[in-house]
Amino acid sequence: MSKSVIEMPPKGGFSFDLCKRNEMLAKKGVSPPSFRKTGTTIVGLIFQDGVILGADTRATEGPIVCDKNCEKIHYMAPNIYCCGAGTAADTEAVTDMVSSQLQLHRYHTGRESRVVTALTLLKRHLFNYQGYVSAALVLGGVDVTGPHLHTIYPHGSTDTLPFATMGSGSLAAMAVFESKYKEGLTRDEGIKLVTEAICSGIFNDLGSGSNVDICVITKGGKEYLRNHLQPNPRTYTSSKGYSFPKKTEVLLTKITPLKEKVEIIEGGDAMEE
Amino acid sequence: MDLNMDLNAPHSMGTTIIGVTYNGGVVLGADSRTSTGMYVANRASDKITQLTDNVYVCRSGSAADSQLVSDYVRYFLHQHTIQLGQPATVKVAANLIRLLSYSNKNMLETGLIVGGWDKYEGGKIYGIPLGGTLIEQPFAIGGSGSSYLYGFFDQAWKEGMTKDEAEQLVVKAVSLAIARDGASGGVVRTVVINSEGVTRNFYPGDKLQLWHEELEPQNSLLDILNSPSPEPMNI
Repeated sequence: MSKSVIEMPPKGGFSFDLCKRNEMLAKKGVSPPSFRKTGTTIVGLIFQDGVILGADTRATEGPIVCDKNCEKIHYMAPNIYCCGAGTAADTEAVTDMVSSQLQLHRYHTGRESRVVTALTLLKRHLFNYQGYVSAALVLGGVDVTGPHLHTIYPHGSTDTLPFATMGSGSLAAMAVFESKYKEGLTRDEGIKLVTEAICSGIFNDLGSGSNVDICVITKGGKEYLRNHLQPNPRTYTSSKGYSFPKKTEVLLTKITPLKEKVEIIEGGDAMEE
Repeated sequence: MDLNMDLNAPHSMGTTIIGVTYNGGVVLGADSRTSTGMYVANRASDKITQLTDNVYVCRSGSAADSQLVSDYVRYFLHQHTIQLGQPATVKVAANLIRLLSYSNKNMLETGLIVGGWDKYEGGKIYGIPLGGTLIEQPFAIGGSGSSYLYGFFDQAWKEGMTKDEAEQLVVKAVSLAIARDGASGGVVRTVVINSEGVTRNFYPGDKLQLWHEELEPQNSLLDILNSPSPEPMNI
């Protein structure tokens, strides 16, 4: 009995067998567990002094909003920030990982990190996983060579643009940018335009909502404006607050302060077996 | 929710890419549209990437695959140049691309056109389509828009053109393909490589010649309400 395909020993590198199994199961009707996605509208634009990044703050788990105020603008380096759309775990993990790699690289070279370094590290990682790491990123920063803005797609391709949008709300935000963007915007004009674009995503896309986060990066430094705009405040809160019904019996009242007391023993004995 | 599925599709460059030799060098040309499903993800992308000072490559197919392949080849060519002690030849660059494309033919989806000038062979164009064959040609076309250009080149191509004739031919060809292919659009970028060096040119989409049934660009009547009209992006 001769087989037409010879069994080869595994070559190394990532094995995509389980991914194929998942696709086969999905076809048979077995639905995968729902995971948290950041539906998202994320944007970035270059203005006269640097880069402005913006993001909404809604995280969804299927049809449910699981976090009304999550942070989608991740720290990469003191001069580089990255907005993430797609699976929340993937964007967090990949940006944390590359942020650590950049820090080690800074120690090694003794210089400020460059945006293209972060770009290459991210795109290599995402390409190696062939799109299964579902992270779509908008990377922006200012380094010695000037301001840079890049988009990175889950399959590992990158684009360099003066203004960019990603996520489910990207079409709504891009419509705002395409009609109002011009070169040489001032800081206030840039923030206003980014806020408009994110609001367009928040109000017109079901996967985006809640508040607007902004991050302004210039040569001098960065400004992280968390919840710069809150166009969806919680209305109709009862002024009376909550009180237990009068007949409830109070059995025990115990208040535990949450401060830990740590004792430092100077010159303790060495550990002995 | 159909829109969501389309936005997660891998980026492919619908594309029209062209490489043409003339007496003294080569002219490479490409459109600038990168699409994800039906959405144009980047309307001003640069598909002509530098490998060395004298060799450039036009990329088509999957954006991620073509970017990574050209990054690896740029790295190998840099090492090769250091070891050799002189600029790499176009043939070496094309062969490196072919080695990667052929050995990974099951995983990659990218068609490339390598063009450049070296002192031994002059201007050369090499086409490396999907399976990883390497073919040296006087002119090469690739991408989805190239289907509309085979007949055009059969008629319009001649040996021994001058630099300006060759560049005009490339611009005309890309512009014709953009007119008929939905997956190509944006601007026309060209790169001219000869013994003197490299020149990059840019032809905005609205300045191209109009073909059959194409209309003059009309300003929206809304511009009368909000004067002045928006300024075009400078790239």
